Amino acid sequence: MSGDSALERLKREGRIVVVGASLAGLRAAETMREKGFAGSLTMIGDEPYEPYDRPPLSKQVLLGKATADRTALPRRRDIDAKWRLGVPATGLDMTARRVKLADGDEVEYDRLLIATGVRARPWPNEEEAALEGVFTLRTRDDGAALERRLAAGPRRVLVIGAGFTGSEIASACRERDLPVTVAERGAGPLVGALGGVIGEVAAGMHRDNGVDLRTGVMVTGLEGDSSGQVRAAHLSDGSLVEADVVIVSLGAQRNTDWLAGSGLGAGPRGIACDAGCRAFNIWGIVTDDVFVAGDVARSPHALFGYQFLSLEHWGNAVAQAETAAHNMLSEGVDRRPHVWIPAFWSSQFGVNIKSVGVPSMGNEILITQGSRDERRFVGVYGYQGRVIGAVTFDQCRWLDFYEQQIEHTAPFPLPFTTVDRRSEGNKPLDADFPDPSVPTHGPTITLSGYSPADRQMTFTPAHN
Amino acid sequence: MTEGILRQILDYSSRANPYPLYEELRKTPVFHDGDGPYVVSTYHEIKSLLHDPRISSDSRNLATVGDLLGEGDGEEATALPPSFLKLDPPDHDRLRRMTNRPFGPPHSPHRVHDMRGELGGIVTGLIDTISEQGDPGRIDLVEEFSYPFPVTVICRLLGVPSEDESRFHVWADTLAASLDPDPDADPAERVKKTQDARMELGMYLAGLIEERRKNPTGDMLSELATGQGPDGAMSTMEVLSTSALLLIAGHETTVNLITNGMLTLLRHPEVLDRLRTDPALSVPIVEELLRYEPPVQLVPQRTPLADIEMGGVTIPKGASLWLILASGNRDPQRFKDPDRFDPDRPDVQHLGLGSGIHSCFGAPLARLEAALALSELARRLENPRLLEDPPPYRQNAVLRGPRHLPIACDSILPA
Ligand SMILES: Cc1cc2nc3c(=O)[nH]c(=O)nc-3n(C[C@H](O)[C@H](O)[C@H](O)COP(=O)(O)OP(=O)(O)OC[C@H]3O[C@@H](n4cnc5c(N)ncnc54)[C@H](O)[C@@H]3O)c2cc1C
Repeated sequence: MSGDSALERLKREGRIVVVGASLAGLRAAETMREKGFAGSLTMIGDEPYEPYDRPPLSKQVLLGKATADRTALPRRRDIDAKWRLGVPATGLDMTARRVKLADGDEVEYDRLLIATGVRARPWPNEEEAALEGVFTLRTRDDGAALERRLAAGPRRVLVIGAGFTGSEIASACRERDLPVTVAERGAGPLVGALGGVIGEVAAGMHRDNGVDLRTGVMVTGLEGDSSGQVRAAHLSDGSLVEADVVIVSLGAQRNTDWLAGSGLGAGPRGIACDAGCRAFNIWGIVTDDVFVAGDVARSPHALFGYQFLSLEHWGNAVAQAETAAHNMLSEGVDRRPHVWIPAFWSSQFGVNIKSVGVPSMGNEILITQGSRDERRFVGVYGYQGRVIGAVTFDQCRWLDFYEQQIEHTAPFPLPFTTVDRRSEGNKPLDADFPDPSVPTHGPTITLSGYSPADRQMTFTPAHN
Repeated sequence: MTEGILRQILDYSSRANPYPLYEELRKTPVFHDGDGPYVVSTYHEIKSLLHDPRISSDSRNLATVGDLLGEGDGEEATALPPSFLKLDPPDHDRLRRMTNRPFGPPHSPHRVHDMRGELGGIVTGLIDTISEQGDPGRIDLVEEFSYPFPVTVICRLLGVPSEDESRFHVWADTLAASLDPDPDADPAERVKKTQDARMELGMYLAGLIEERRKNPTGDMLSELATGQGPDGAMSTMEVLSTSALLLIAGHETTVNLITNGMLTLLRHPEVLDRLRTDPALSVPIVEELLRYEPPVQLVPQRTPLADIEMGGVTIPKGASLWLILASGNRDPQRFKDPDRFDPDRPDVQHLGLGSGIHSCFGAPLARLEAALALSELARRLENPRLLEDPPPYRQNAVLRGPRHLPIACDSILPA
């Protein structure tokens, strides 16, 4: 009864193109092959390298324990792809189903997966950003260059922005015994992602490890010497920090510029898609042949009020890529939703930090186990009477349990007792998130649905 | 149908094959009968309880004491404080952390790996002894191999001088026997023997600890006695209870893992054959063994700190809770064809070493010991066969394994 359906043809001899040859792109490609896709597969990536892993860049690589060129992602299987590396995609023609490349080539597809991720937000002043010694950290080249500089023993490092990446960099500097100053606009490190209560714990970690942490200040300008080498930074409180390495760690920007004018629902917040990873066009109509996955995607999540979530999480990139790949090769009822519970880890100052759910959506926090003073605890986030997220500092073995509480929309505060409950766990605290309309260094989870903060969005339809 | 099923499980007659009873039990994932314990037998439920912060391992949180298992290991009867096995965080975390510093990553990533050569030497020595002094026509694998091996290893790890090893074996023996309630023995005499052994062992260890404080030699005891980490130092009593824990937990389980392993391999000669030529197969074999015949069959010392709703049953606060790991390992909801021993199984996320914060502390060592032991036995014993199937089992339903494993082989190949 099953004739030669379009789907079978696609699987046998179709053309699939993946733009963004990194974590999400690779895992999607592997999944497609695993599911029996036998057609042609093209992997387009603007970086000259085969897919590599980014989390070590701000950890082992900066410590000199791994080299940036040895972080290639392990392959699950052979994907037998045509690799177009070192060539950015510059445009998309959805009508002709073609991806345009910077070298003038065009690649036709039957199904397209966009996994172009994000890039580091650069220092806004281009001239200052170009000074010798000013870095961002996103790519393998960034990691290698920064490690070389740190190994050379700079007099002082300045990290601008104390999100996860900035904090990990500061931690690596201290482990290398380098003097480091961290300047953070918010009240403490990690406040965008985890709120002020946890930010205070993180601030203690910085200070106890000898970081010169300045909070509530902005860097207003960078200054170079006559040879173009960065020399100092001016802060909004009038102070000056002399540093010969400056790392700009101000969060990320979605790599969607190349889609301008394509008619795809892509913008500075990412590419909007449905829960099955199918991209929306600018009218909010779902496409059937363009899929997205990873950091660049922005998709609604049933558990979080169908708000659109953008996640800069390794695990999300993998899970979403697998779902996208599955759906690209499936029809209708066989498609699966991507309902991954956000999960993130970081390691800094010898502490293993993990979170699940969407802490930044919570307004209250309860320390259910352990204690903040010991920097070993579980914090549970509540939002309108339910559990919405959790964070652990050196207590990750309990995380599965809290993930279940989020999945079951358990009531907040949790009505039961737990082992290692201390007096500070007797009543919830205001989680102390900054006003969402004030930009932060990037919380790694961005809510971008119908939240009130959205009123600042203006709609400018693109025209060809 | 489930009438008295717990009694049946504990009854010696089901020791050789408790699995049909577990299967029966799984029909009621959270089973409770009269004033007995709440018994959880299915994989996902056990797993979730092992990660549930409402579950305590501290028997002081039990509403009632006295259970089907009788006296326990007699730890309470002596002045030693409970080991971290029976504590909740934060004490559990602190002691386990301090114990881990000299044992595993991140501070001692090489300890276990560096023992590989030494372990290999002990295995070779034991098999040589069987070959020189034993009778290949009748070997009791437990007495001659799977028992002495882990005890010797623990002695080396802790740093017990080799001239004291034999005394150590005797105490370990007595304490192991105390975990193995034998209905025929005179209980009063047994308790006394156990306490004497504990006392003597405690005094011996205390002396050794004192000595290592003065002259540390880099072994685990020295490190536990003198270690200074962010948590400070262990008290002498803590070093004592921890080293006693390492001693008992460190070999009781491994004996059974190796013995159950050899028994299973002899029942699956095709796998034994593959292992003979491919020692690397020992790694997945051990993993599958931990699923198929786990040395720790059940965890009987847990209790909820709050009422917990599971499988339509409310497990009340303070109730005695048993988690039947060996049953979860054969739950068809989790493992395809669970009663099949299959070292090629792709996804062996078993419960054999527990899970969560109390997951087996010595797992890396146990895995290595078992892998080395089984691959060497496979390589050197020619045409091995079981002389008795099933072999005689030990009384204990918790730490389940053969008391003797009589086997024969044609000859023993040189090392
Ligand atoms: C330093 C660092 C540390 C991190 N640490 C953690 C951590 O501890 N835990 C955690 O959960 N996550 C961490 N992350 C985040 C994690 O690495 C990302 O979530 C993950 O890499 C996302 O994968 P992706 O494939 O979606 O995007 P990316 O890895 O960003 O890959 C996108 C790729 O597409 C390429 N590309 C962009 N535009 C184009 C174009 N037009 N044409 C062709 N190619 C294009 C990019 O150059 C890039 O190679 C870290 C990230 C960084 C940078």
